[in-house]
Amino acid sequence: MPKNSKSKNSNEGKRDFLIVSTYTIAGIGAAAVAWPLIDQMNPAADTLALASTEVDLSSLEEGQAITVTWRGKPVFVRHRTPEEIKLAKQVSLDDMRHPERDEDRVPNEKYIVLVGVCTHLGCVPLGQKSGDVKGQYGGWFCPCHGSHYDHSGRIRKGPAPTNLEVPSYKFLSDNVIKIG
Amino acid sequence: MSKSKFKNPVVKWIDHRLPVFSFMDHELNHYPTPKNLNYFWNFGSLAGFALVTMIVTGIVLSMNYTAHVDYAFDSVERIMRDVNHGWLIRYIHMNGASFFFIVVYIHIFRGLYYGSYKAPRELLWILGVLILLLMMATAFMGYVLPWGQMSFWGATVITNLFSAIPLVGESIVTWLWGGFSVDNSTLNRFFSLHFVLPFVIVGVVILHLVALHRFGSNNPIGIDVRGTQDTVPFSPYYTIKDLFGLSVFLSFFAAAVFFFPNFMGHPDNYIEANPMVTPAHIVPEWYFLPFYAILRAVPDKLGGVLFMFGAIAVLFILPWLDRSSVRSSQFRPIYKIFFWILLLDCVLLGYLGAMPAEGIYVILSRIATAYYFFHFLILFPLLPYIEKTKPLPISISEPILGGGSAASAFAVREKR
Repeated sequence: MPKNSKSKNSNEGKRDFLIVSTYTIAGIGAAAVAWPLIDQMNPAADTLALASTEVDLSSLEEGQAITVTWRGKPVFVRHRTPEEIKLAKQVSLDDMRHPERDEDRVPNEKYIVLVGVCTHLGCVPLGQKSGDVKGQYGGWFCPCHGSHYDHSGRIRKGPAPTNLEVPSYKFLSDNVIKIG
Repeated sequence: MSKSKFKNPVVKWIDHRLPVFSFMDHELNHYPTPKNLNYFWNFGSLAGFALVTMIVTGIVLSMNYTAHVDYAFDSVERIMRDVNHGWLIRYIHMNGASFFFIVVYIHIFRGLYYGSYKAPRELLWILGVLILLLMMATAFMGYVLPWGQMSFWGATVITNLFSAIPLVGESIVTWLWGGFSVDNSTLNRFFSLHFVLPFVIVGVVILHLVALHRFGSNNPIGIDVRGTQDTVPFSPYYTIKDLFGLSVFLSFFAAAVFFFPNFMGHPDNYIEANPMVTPAHIVPEWYFLPFYAILRAVPDKLGGVLFMFGAIAVLFILPWLDRSSVRSSQFRPIYKIFFWILLLDCVLLGYLGAMPAEGIYVILSRIATAYYFFHFLILFPLLPYIEKTKPLPISISEPILGGGSAASAFAVREKR
């Protein structure tokens, strides 16, 4: 009798192992099948291939700005005046929401390059055209919920949590940048 | 039930093998329904009518629509101008969404007033909240399809909500978009999901009806049916009442479709989507405004998103938040007052959602949001300990017939 019950117990143990391993393998199999169905929603190869843009800045005069498209989003490029550069550098970082030095945001201080998407809920701020409202700090102003950005694209007032994003870009020559 | 209740030999032959006719006879004809239902009980069938209308008009619209960023806007304008009766079908679909939400919101507040979510109807209620969530997702994606400025920027703002999630937020948003902004991939998947989700809703509606027919409808006095003297067969009594209600509903619906088709829309959506320019004032469709107001009332981005989803999450657990065993507000003098305050609060939130988020509107939004959560999380569980409810009638027949006992009710019934 004791031997019998012991063997029954060991059989139950084997059975549990079989059940758990079956469920585990089936679960892994189901996840492996589900993954392509989920991952197909991520950016496709052609979308990723379009992920860089070259911009020629030679025709951009001091004080002018242009908007280019990169990954379907607007990118702001502004040729800053010496006063604007001075303002952006001199301002104290103490009471900024997202303190960043201007030097860390621009490789070439003449040109500021920013993703033109408000970090609050994704609207496009105003300030690129000459007639636009530029906000209290002279940079950009988001009309949706009233965020004010300065000459370095830093958030100074309003609901946006962080500064305007600086895309990854490099100077191919003195006047040509490659974004992405 | 006898097997020979159908006279038609073909029906009898089919029903013996596939009892669909018995099923329909049982659930739609004889189905015993409380005899004291008022007109607020029309809104369930009206919601069903709205769902069918949306599916039928939606299917024919999809035959003329092109889900591509270069063609979507123009294909909708072509439907409006060139497709035979296209203007009518699109205006029915467009206004149908608004009327569907009007009907469903009344249906929900009916449930809140008469305690229709209480035992044993908890799952019935939860399935209903699930339908509401599915409707919101479907409506949101449908609004993106015309590819106007509001479509585009509404989609941008709402999908950006998910970026508030710590760590994985940005990856989730990229995954939802299928790119780095709302673009062609986004439009295509939204069209696909907008097409399929209504059929998921139909599935949940069927479960909602199965759960409903398990215990039958609640009623204005909220006490259980005690026998056949408290009910009437669904047909003809409620089929005719539902049809009358439907004709009233259709009068309003037709007035909107033919005379004010754009009243509930936004003019900016007749401007084609432009990813480079944001409209000055972005507002969602009216039926999302209360939730949008809650989102903006909270100064923190993640907090706002959590409160907005929380506003619907509390509805799921409502059957357990409300500790009162009395269903109908008719017998809850204090709760009755708070019910109307909640209704006004939701209307106020809707108004505030349409206003710019500044000054007094922000303060009012915060007060209204605080009241909403106070009502569900504090008032519902605690009020029953304070409130003295009025005595409940003995039966559904009693307040109607004034007699009281089941015997007198039965006597009257026999006379009729």
